[in-house]
This record gives sequence, structure tokens and C-alpha cells, in this order.
Amino acid sequence: MITIDWLHFTPASSFAGGLLIGFAVALLILLEGRIAGISGIVGGLLQPRRTGDVGWRLAFVLGLVAAPLAWGMLALLPQGRIDATWTTLVVAGLLVGFGSRLGSGCTSGHGVCGLSRLSPRSLAATVVFMAAGFATVFVARHLLA
Amino acid sequence: MSILISLLIGLVFGCGLIVSGMSNPAKVLAFLDLAGDWDPSLALVMAGAIAVGLPAFSVARRRQNSLRGKPLQMPTARQIDRRLLAGSALFGIGWGLAGICPGPALVLLGSGAVQGAVFVLAMLAGMAVFTAFERLSQAREGRSDRGQ
Repeated sequence: MITIDWLHFTPASSFAGGLLIGFAVALLILLEGRIAGISGIVGGLLQPRRTGDVGWRLAFVLGLVAAPLAWGMLALLPQGRIDATWTTLVVAGLLVGFGSRLGSGCTSGHGVCGLSRLSPRSLAATVVFMAAGFATVFVARHLLA
Repeated sequence: MSILISLLIGLVFGCGLIVSGMSNPAKVLAFLDLAGDWDPSLALVMAGAIAVGLPAFSVARRRQNSLRGKPLQMPTARQIDRRLLAGSALFGIGWGLAGICPGPALVLLGSGAVQGAVFVLAMLAGMAVFTAFERLSQAREGRSDRGQ
């Protein structure tokens, strides 16, 4: 049985944020002809000779990094919480980097763009990474803890 | 022009991640914790993003070029192979460990969180390992091709 945490449930802001993400995805494909997959965009920066288009990738990444800075100038930046230990952060980062490149995408490339394109390949990837995410949290919080 | 447009789009994307709660790892983990106090918010992030993405891609699919006359670079791979599934599984495990995926990692870096910087460095290292691994397997394939 699933218990919903109504206290922390933020349907309006989460949906609004989703719309903004969708808007960014739509602009990138319709103006620049590019898929807004973060792991692919960053990964391409590590293979500049193969992709040959460092400029827009770097600019997009800078935009993402600058978002909290710009936000902080206009309003109070919502505070997040990171509970992971340093070791967990490093292991998680390595897995996220390696896995997203091997699987050709992450939450944005497969989860948002791929599902929006109705790609069966991205649907398969999304089902697998969501299942792996659910399973990992279950093991970490309910079996090991 | 492309540089400026990409920068602004990245900025919008990043603000979307902040507004939605995706850049808060604790909230992501609460979404992935089906057996605990489940916070379903992030399902709505996906719904919102796809609600806009769906019409955008249905327009894009019928075009050869973008509105600015650039070639539309749609993914061509169709196969659901072992690489896709294994890569997605590893990615999902990493995502479930810390509650951070690549976009939010960059936003956390910008927000000045040291943990964000550490995660981004590890993520770049993981990507570099993949690039090296791919080069190695291509070199090996090249050798076996010559052998045949």
C-alpha cells in the first residue's frame, strides 16, 4: 500500500516547472534542431573532435549553471537538501555519467524528449531507469537502513 | 546567435528544474521512495514537460529544418539493445543513490553546493570512462575487422 506524503506534495509548482522544461525542450528542437538531452549535450563536450560543435553545448550548460544565480538575484532560491555522503555522491556521479552515456540518455533525453517523440526505445530506457531508481531507494532505505 | 539562444534555453530549462523541485535531491528521493512517505510531485514534472514536448515534436517530425533553417537532428537509433538497457539500469541506480541526474547536477553546481561540484566531477569522470571504453572497443573491432 502506498502512503502519499500530502504535506510535501507540490502539484502546482512541479507541473509549472515541468511546463517550463517542456518549453525549453520545444525551443531547442524547433529553433536549433537539437534534442535537449543533458547527458548527450555534456557528453558531446568531452568528445569535441567527434561532435565539432562545442559552442552551443557549452552555452546551454552555462545557462543551466547560471539558472540558480539568475534566480537568486530576483528571488529567494528554494533550498534543496543533499543527504548523500561524499562516497555515495562520487559513486552515484560515476554511475550517472557512465550509465547515461552507455544508455544514450537520461531523464531529459529519454524521459522528456524521447517520450514526447513517442519513441519506444526511450520508453524502454525510461521504464528501466525508473525501475532501477525505485529499487535502489527501496534497498537503501528499507532493506539496508 | 545559436550561442545566445542555447544559453537562454539552458537558463529556462534550469529555472524549470528549480521551480519543479527536481533540483532538490531530497524531493527526488522522496519521489523514488514508493515504500516510504511517497511524494508524487515529480510525476507532474514529467507530465508538464511532455504536455509541451508532445506538440513540439509532432511539429518537428514533419519538418526537415528548424524554424531557423537548421537541420533537425532527430535520434535515428531504434533498437532496444543490451547497451540501452544496461546503461539505463546503471544510470537509474546512480540516480536512486543520490537523487541527482545530470540537469539538476549542473543547477546544484551553480547554486554553490560543494556536493553538486563533487557530483558533477564524478559524472564527468564517468562519461570520460565511457568515452575511453568506447574507443577501446572500437579499436578492438577495427583489429578484428582487419583480421577477417
